[in-house]
Amino acid sequence: MNPGPYIAGMGIVTSLGFGVESNLQSLISGEAGIGKMQFLQSAYRDELPVGEVKSENEQLSQLGNLPGGWPRTALLSALAAREALDQAGWDKKNAPRTGFISANTVGGMDRTENFFRPYIKNQDRGRLADVVYHECGAITELVAAQLGIRHFVSTVSTACSSSANSIFTGARMIRSGQLDFALVGGADALTLFTLNGFNTLMILDKELCQPFDENRRGLNLGEGAAYLLLCSEKGMDALKSKALGRLSGYANANDAFHQTASSPEGTGSFLAMKGALEKAGMEAADIDYINLHGTGTPNNDIAEGTAIRLLFQPSFPKMSSTKSFTGHTLGASGAVEAVYSVLALQHGLVFPNLRWQTPMKELPFKPVTALLKDQKMRHVMSNSFGFGGNCSSLIFSAA
Amino acid sequence: MKMYIRSSACISPQYSLETKKFFNLRISPEADFIKCREPDYDLFVDPKMIRRMSRIVRMGVAAAITCLREGGVEMPSALITATAYGCLEDSASFLRRMIEFEEKMLSPTSFIQSTHNTVGAQIALMLKCHHYNNTIVHRFFSFENALIESDILLSEGNTDILLGAADEFTEDRHRILSRFGLYKKQGQKTGNFAGEGAAFFLLASSPGSSPALSISRPEMIFLPENMEETGAILNKLLRENGLTKNDIGLVLDSTTGNRTNDLPARTVLDQELKGIPSFPFKSLCGDYPTAVSFGVWMAALILKEQRAPEWMKDISFPLQHILVYHHTGASHHSFILVSAA
Amino acid sequence: MDNLKQKLKEQIIERLNLKNLKPDLIGDDQPLFIEGIGLDSIDALELIVLLQQEYNIKLSNAEDGPRVFYSVSTMADFIRAQSGAVKIPS
Repeated sequence: MNPGPYIAGMGIVTSLGFGVESNLQSLISGEAGIGKMQFLQSAYRDELPVGEVKSENEQLSQLGNLPGGWPRTALLSALAAREALDQAGWDKKNAPRTGFISANTVGGMDRTENFFRPYIKNQDRGRLADVVYHECGAITELVAAQLGIRHFVSTVSTACSSSANSIFTGARMIRSGQLDFALVGGADALTLFTLNGFNTLMILDKELCQPFDENRRGLNLGEGAAYLLLCSEKGMDALKSKALGRLSGYANANDAFHQTASSPEGTGSFLAMKGALEKAGMEAADIDYINLHGTGTPNNDIAEGTAIRLLFQPSFPKMSSTKSFTGHTLGASGAVEAVYSVLALQHGLVFPNLRWQTPMKELPFKPVTALLKDQKMRHVMSNSFGFGGNCSSLIFSAA
Repeated sequence: MKMYIRSSACISPQYSLETKKFFNLRISPEADFIKCREPDYDLFVDPKMIRRMSRIVRMGVAAAITCLREGGVEMPSALITATAYGCLEDSASFLRRMIEFEEKMLSPTSFIQSTHNTVGAQIALMLKCHHYNNTIVHRFFSFENALIESDILLSEGNTDILLGAADEFTEDRHRILSRFGLYKKQGQKTGNFAGEGAAFFLLASSPGSSPALSISRPEMIFLPENMEETGAILNKLLRENGLTKNDIGLVLDSTTGNRTNDLPARTVLDQELKGIPSFPFKSLCGDYPTAVSFGVWMAALILKEQRAPEWMKDISFPLQHILVYHHTGASHHSFILVSAA
Repeated sequence: MDNLKQKLKEQIIERLNLKNLKPDLIGDDQPLFIEGIGLDSIDALELIVLLQQEYNIKLSNAEDGPRVFYSVSTMADFIRAQSGAVKIPS
């Protein structure tokens, strides 16, 4: 088996709350963060439930002691990133070879929307300050500069698999000896652009979502940010703190079927999960729990479910979708669910797939619907499958 | 891990697809922007698929297919795309409609086509390529970071990595960036002008045809405290490749004629690379964040043909090593070595 | 000559960016999806927007899509029925 880099720290902000502890408590108590839209000013605020971080931008700035005027994605990113570094006891003076690899899909779109309103009426209007951080990479650079990391900084953007890809890019840079520490993960804030974009695809649920349910109707969008601090053996020694787990397997494959829909057999998903097992030097039977991509759309859940059936049969690990708690946090989802996977490992828990009622008739398994405690957890798989056929799968193992 | 360039292809404002003409003609804009010379995309893509491809995707796909054809490879083992702006035209189109129509009656097509990984996704779709696929969207270092990722993939035992970068010119991008004062004024002969392009490379761990062309891992510095730091990474690059400054026959730099923006790089050029012929590649492709990919493509072509465009004087042949120096003001500096074996 | 069908064909070609097609190459009863013209799920969504914008008809149930958008004829029939001009059996 391939041990892979250590996880020395984690940080997270979602609709479940600020910080690892708040998120864990909500997962244990079964309290979802999805509900009526409070902060995003959309024409659909009474129609579409979302998983919002329950704070205005100003409060986020104050909480993180961050400059005013940052796009929301950067604020969420900075808060979660800071927690991961602090939890690990990372100090930039002792860690020159640290990389920051972050993911997002929206960039500074919330501010760009503000710019475009006057701009489309008159091209000389619109505040330039609103578009300075438009690019995905600009968000990462803002946060990197804030954290004092500049040795290696990068941004991945592959739709819903973005932060799963940024996580394992960091792992490979540690494995190849280029970095001692890699702060990896992602962030995405809710924006009108994404809400309306997904709405045109008619895949949003007007009620709270029901992933992997026969009568599922679609997904709920969410927002958030999460990071892991990965490190080498040498890095772990320098930190003198306890490892939370290891990233032992990872893989990335492309469905190459359609721009947005997954192939019915879940080819990309199958290849990603299989590849992650091979990388980890494991068999399917070694996986104790799968944190499903499980968006709740008719298409994803059957494609993912079929791929799991093909790969894991005849015996299936426990599985659940924590998007039933947070909604789909897009560019942050790979990282948010990575944190939840590590929490599952650390505490021997399997989190429930909320609001599940009816098994999918095509599948010979069903998700876990009530919290399971005292589980023997050696290896957890986390799936992230996105638009453009980008499919990624990560495997976390106990420290 | 030594990285070899088996083949490359580029769509740019110059005759980059018709490389024989590239050396004799230099197209310069009168306006403050330049757009690509584009091929007939019907020659590259099935009409059923082309209707879903915006201009930047067509550029990327055409460059990728040409690169694969020249390299004699049908299926790459990995596909990495770099872009700073992503699919701007579609993003702006969706955004405009969303505001004008107050979130009602919106079309899905421009939203779907706006995601940053669309170029990479469409190439995979066309080739039915299920292999590794990633998209880096990191401003001026998008291409460099993607090149580093390619290096890691090669060292892990993969070969035939298709690596590319693309960024498009749009009216909105230009209007907005012009308001930041980035470009030359009307009537000015010299100065910065906006550009665009798509460049793809087939990378392998062993050389292909002769002459063998290799490309180094980039050395980069983000927010250098001073230009001595930039000089230091240049020296590191040379050392790690067993070279000295005397081995560099040509520098392709990113100066644009915008004095303030060029100043930090001019300091480095004067202090570290004095006496070596240096020419600005952005005078051919214009200014855009992943323009370094054009610089690398151009370096590879010069080394392969062992000749330089007519307007680049005083270069000694045979030429073995070209240094591509990519820089933006004082914030981002990188060096890439392209060499003939 | 059915003006509505002709207009629909032109609108479909324009909205779905089917540049190589001419209206007379689309048969009235030719299947639009999978075989025939070969449209997909994204095109179906675009046709829903077309109905809204051009004909003020809201198709809120995506499951009605395959029936309504089967061919240009079924689309024309649906539009006429919605406008109250003709009653068609369900």
